Amino acid sequence: MESTRSLSFPDKVRERVFAHLTSPEDRSSVSLVCKSWYDAERLSRTRVSIRNCYSVSPEILVRRFPNIRGVSLKGKPRFSDFNLVPSDWGADVHAWLVAFADRCPLLEELSLKRMAVSDESLEFLAFSFPNFKVLSLLSCDGFTTDGLEAIATFCKNLTELDIQENGVEDRSGSWLSCFPERFTSLEVLNFSNLTSEVDFDALERLVSRCKSLKVLKVNRSVSLEQLQKLLVLAPQLVELGTGSFSLEFSAHQFAELESAFNNCKNIQSLSGLLDATVRYLPAIYPACANLTFLNLSYAAMQSDELDNLLMHCPHLQRLWVLDTVGDKGLEAVGSNCPLLEELRVFPADPFDEEIIQGVTEEGFLAVSFGCPRLHYVLYFCQQMTNAAVATIVQNCPDFTHFRLCIMNPGQPDYLTNEPMDEAFGAVVKTCTKLQRLSVSGLLTDLAFEYIGKHAKNLEVLSVAFAGSSDWGMQCVLEGCPKLSKLEIRDCPFGDAALLSGLEKYESMRSLWMSACNVTVDGCRLLATKMPRLNVEVIKDDESDDSQADKVYVYRTVAGPRRDSPPSVLAL
Amino acid sequence: MERLGNYESDLNLKATELRLGLPGRDEPEKQTTTTGVIIRSNKRASPEISQEYSRCNSNNSSVSDAANDDQDSAPPSKVQVVGWPPIRSYRKNTLQQKKNESDSAGMYVKVSMDGAPYLRKIDLKVYKCYPELLEALENMFKLTIGEYSEREGYNGSDYAPTYEDKDGDWMLVGDVPFDMFITSCKRLRIMKGSEARGLGSCV
Repeated sequence: MESTRSLSFPDKVRERVFAHLTSPEDRSSVSLVCKSWYDAERLSRTRVSIRNCYSVSPEILVRRFPNIRGVSLKGKPRFSDFNLVPSDWGADVHAWLVAFADRCPLLEELSLKRMAVSDESLEFLAFSFPNFKVLSLLSCDGFTTDGLEAIATFCKNLTELDIQENGVEDRSGSWLSCFPERFTSLEVLNFSNLTSEVDFDALERLVSRCKSLKVLKVNRSVSLEQLQKLLVLAPQLVELGTGSFSLEFSAHQFAELESAFNNCKNIQSLSGLLDATVRYLPAIYPACANLTFLNLSYAAMQSDELDNLLMHCPHLQRLWVLDTVGDKGLEAVGSNCPLLEELRVFPADPFDEEIIQGVTEEGFLAVSFGCPRLHYVLYFCQQMTNAAVATIVQNCPDFTHFRLCIMNPGQPDYLTNEPMDEAFGAVVKTCTKLQRLSVSGLLTDLAFEYIGKHAKNLEVLSVAFAGSSDWGMQCVLEGCPKLSKLEIRDCPFGDAALLSGLEKYESMRSLWMSACNVTVDGCRLLATKMPRLNVEVIKDDESDDSQADKVYVYRTVAGPRRDSPPSVLAL
Repeated sequence: MERLGNYESDLNLKATELRLGLPGRDEPEKQTTTTGVIIRSNKRASPEISQEYSRCNSNNSSVSDAANDDQDSAPPSKVQVVGWPPIRSYRKNTLQQKKNESDSAGMYVKVSMDGAPYLRKIDLKVYKCYPELLEALENMFKLTIGEYSEREGYNGSDYAPTYEDKDGDWMLVGDVPFDMFITSCKRLRIMKGSEARGLGSCV
């Protein structure tokens, strides 16, 4: 070994030790100690998560981590989910695949979120990585079911195919028939969000021969009768997503279905249940004893149906529902689910002016009284009061994720007509572990003063139609030490607010501001002063050139983007 | 607009003009109404919003003065803002699809009764459950239909309600869940009890 070192610890041993480090934070710390630790860490790293695909380039990544087996990539800003980002904005995965194919051909796992993925890329993936095992696509777009055919046909070692909520062009269900007859390794199959009918015989044979299948989430085209057959073949399932849950059934068929569910002793997660009717829902009761996650967000249930179902789910920890269950349904949640940790209530009809339904503060209150362990909530409602929120967080002080969406923009406390400042003040004062917050309703700068003053663990903040002046945004930028993502739309924050965060943005992952009062000049100034930030302005067609309609600011070691479309102005 | 001239001083023309901003206010400055819709200052609204606002104004010009008062006016129509509420496009499209499907089902079907000279029509969408539907039929035809039982159908009553389903088969009303019935029922026929007995023992 080298003579300059008195104690030379063999590199290989160091690498073997570091191989046991799993937490990315630990690995980060370790890599900063010295050069040899940096090298040992990077050579022993097998998984990496890139939370903003433009913060680093594929070349830098593969050069630093040549032995990675699993990569997760996130692309577009979150507001692209709500059509606020042009479709040609970027985040194309292809350059990454090319780099991986070149330097990391043993790649096994790829999880993509909000990336642009083409059929060519999927084909390229299928051909380039012989050991490929896990593909997860969430909220991606640009591909069709033809691309899935390549994956099914050529990934001989595939264990996981998870296609969720993507902008996928669903041409046909024939991709499922492309899994070779000798292919048996599948453990996870989720095609619940695709619409085309798949060949049921092919699906049946696939399920039959993949003995390790743990997760199966089928789409609407799979009928109740067909589901029963699949359950008989795969009683070992841990997660099940049903297709359409209504059919004309005889009593005998119902009994068979019930019996099939009864044999599934390991189910912990249940979803789908599309068009579930009161008559057939009881068939699932025998399988609910160990249920920890129930996703009813595509099943428009009423309050009594939910009550009857929840009586059979004593161990429920996570529940997603539509607001068709109403406050009464949420009362049932409060009564039946003492172990509940997460609740998401989605609006069934967010744009219908005639229907006055959904949930109010009463439902949320009821849940908070019955479920003291609640720490994650996503709640879309028609009305809310400051007092209710204050009581809710008193009942449940451990919130880590508090996402409240009062659906009418800028709506005040409906009883007192006051802003909702005190509600969110109560949240940040009481919930010291709060990591993620989404605010809504009528809010002045006071709400942001509270946030800046108290939300010391806050990492992600989403703001819409709120605030009175630049001061509000400034409070947050100056006050929240752990702030990582800030996304703002339709607020009166301008250049002064933007520039007040000058020194903050490098310690943050990203900032998004749209429909605020920021100008292009302000953005240019930011870009000039902070060269290690990428400052992008997305132009709306008809606006005047001085306004920065949409601004996206993020730290990067990769320099300015080279693939910006014409609508994006990189400053 | 004949009301110019004498009436000009009485009529607040500004209130009926089409512009961005809620009725009753002079400047499109940042403001909130009692119903809580915020209008941003100095901002050209996006095309989607300005479209909606124009529509909103032209619909509500008659309540323009009233909007200045507290609470009593009709609330302005909900403005659809791009990307709000924040629901993923995928989920939004799925729910919209479901809604369209259910809107196009539920419809007027013909109801015939044995021995009656002409047919009637009812809107199935109006009823939430079987008892409501049967009560409506009883009222319409002035008869009693009686109780449904799975084993025996409408045994013990003079009439039995039947329907033709999507496959063209005649079924006894009540065998399948109501929502399923609604989507598969093409027409109704109220049969005389003696004829219907055969249907009741089908299962």
